[in-house]
Amino acid sequence: MRTVFQNKKISGILAVLPENEVRFEEEITNYSFSEKQTIRLKKIMGYEKHRLAKMETTPSDLCIFGIDYLLSKELLDLNDIGAIITVSITPDFWIPHISNIIHGHYNMSQDVLCVDLAQGCSGFILGLMEAFMILEHMPEKKILLLNADVLSHRVSYRDRNSFPLVGDAATVTIVENKSNESDIYFNIKSDGTRREALIIPAGGTRTPSSSLTAEMVDDGDGNYRSLDNMKMDGAAVFTFAQTEVPALIDEILHDAGIDKESIKWYLLHQPNKFMLQKLADRIGVPHDKVPMNIVELFGNSSGSSIPLDIAHNLKTEMKQEKGKCCMCAFGSGLTWCAMILELGEMEFCETFISKG
Amino acid sequence: MEKIFEILRNIREEADFKASNNFIKDGLLDSFDIITLVSMLEDEYSILIDALDIVPENFENCDSIIAVLKKNGGEI
Repeated sequence: MRTVFQNKKISGILAVLPENEVRFEEEITNYSFSEKQTIRLKKIMGYEKHRLAKMETTPSDLCIFGIDYLLSKELLDLNDIGAIITVSITPDFWIPHISNIIHGHYNMSQDVLCVDLAQGCSGFILGLMEAFMILEHMPEKKILLLNADVLSHRVSYRDRNSFPLVGDAATVTIVENKSNESDIYFNIKSDGTRREALIIPAGGTRTPSSSLTAEMVDDGDGNYRSLDNMKMDGAAVFTFAQTEVPALIDEILHDAGIDKESIKWYLLHQPNKFMLQKLADRIGVPHDKVPMNIVELFGNSSGSSIPLDIAHNLKTEMKQEKGKCCMCAFGSGLTWCAMILELGEMEFCETFISKG
Repeated sequence: MEKIFEILRNIREEADFKASNNFIKDGLLDSFDIITLVSMLEDEYSILIDALDIVPENFENCDSIIAVLKKNGGEI
């Protein structure tokens, strides 16, 4: 699907991180790395540190920490909100949905629309798409877009392929109608034939969780995980991203009628440093236009990685004049998507460390 | 070729690469080792290996590794 949205604006982004920060070295005994491998992988993949939520913390908890913060600073008025859109692959419950939990927690108006989307790393851009479409029917209202995941709870701590890079986070984004805004170009693609490249095999209705699905098994490379844990075919995901993302960016730049140099920031989903560097090379853009530090500092937090990138790296810039940005995400589905839009002049853009 | 074996030994000291015709099938290199190998080859030969060439079949043995290096401008 490719389309153009008009007169829409992101007016604020708050990233919410758990306070628990864990360094790679502290977890090294969980994995089958030699010391030499550890040092190499740290440098190549960007294994540095990540933020992990407490076991009792859920996505709605992180969202509530963030919303409470915004309310306390008078940066958000819940009476302005016409819809809550939540994007998560690690919901608190099957039912009720996270958006309804938020709605009930703040005792919001019954006219507020609650929507939950199940989407992984493409979740921010997909959430924006949903927000822009809903705003067409809510000219006077704003959208509360919440991206929240505690993926560390679904990844085996003994899986050296995935756990060192996983991080937990939430982001609260305010989206609204605004006349005379620049056009927003959007393109999203899916390939369900490659869906098993990223999978949590058990826990759904196909294979309910049981004592058998919780059993940890060596995958042959020294990674121990159960069927309840996320499994990633790293080589397939790498090739997928390197093949599809540059082509998608070329396509959306063509749709927008601009060249690569016109983009101030390429805000890519951040799975690991090696993949990002290779992607920047294949897209053909200088590395300094592609922030790459989020995965090293906080871990890959799935759908919130792009707004976290904006809140951490561009917080000052986002309160100043606007610049053209290209956001691009890729992940489970397999799904990949991009959006070109002007970002800036936000009312808030910051990071909040929570007790979660 | 000896330089490549030296790099491989640096990655997996315990593995006998010279006795293998397929490092992947014989379990001498996993996906993380391939990424490490790419990084070390790039440093050693001062090249950038195209991401689309980073697939297991290009790192099965010394011949395939040399082919990838040459394709990406490496002087062997």
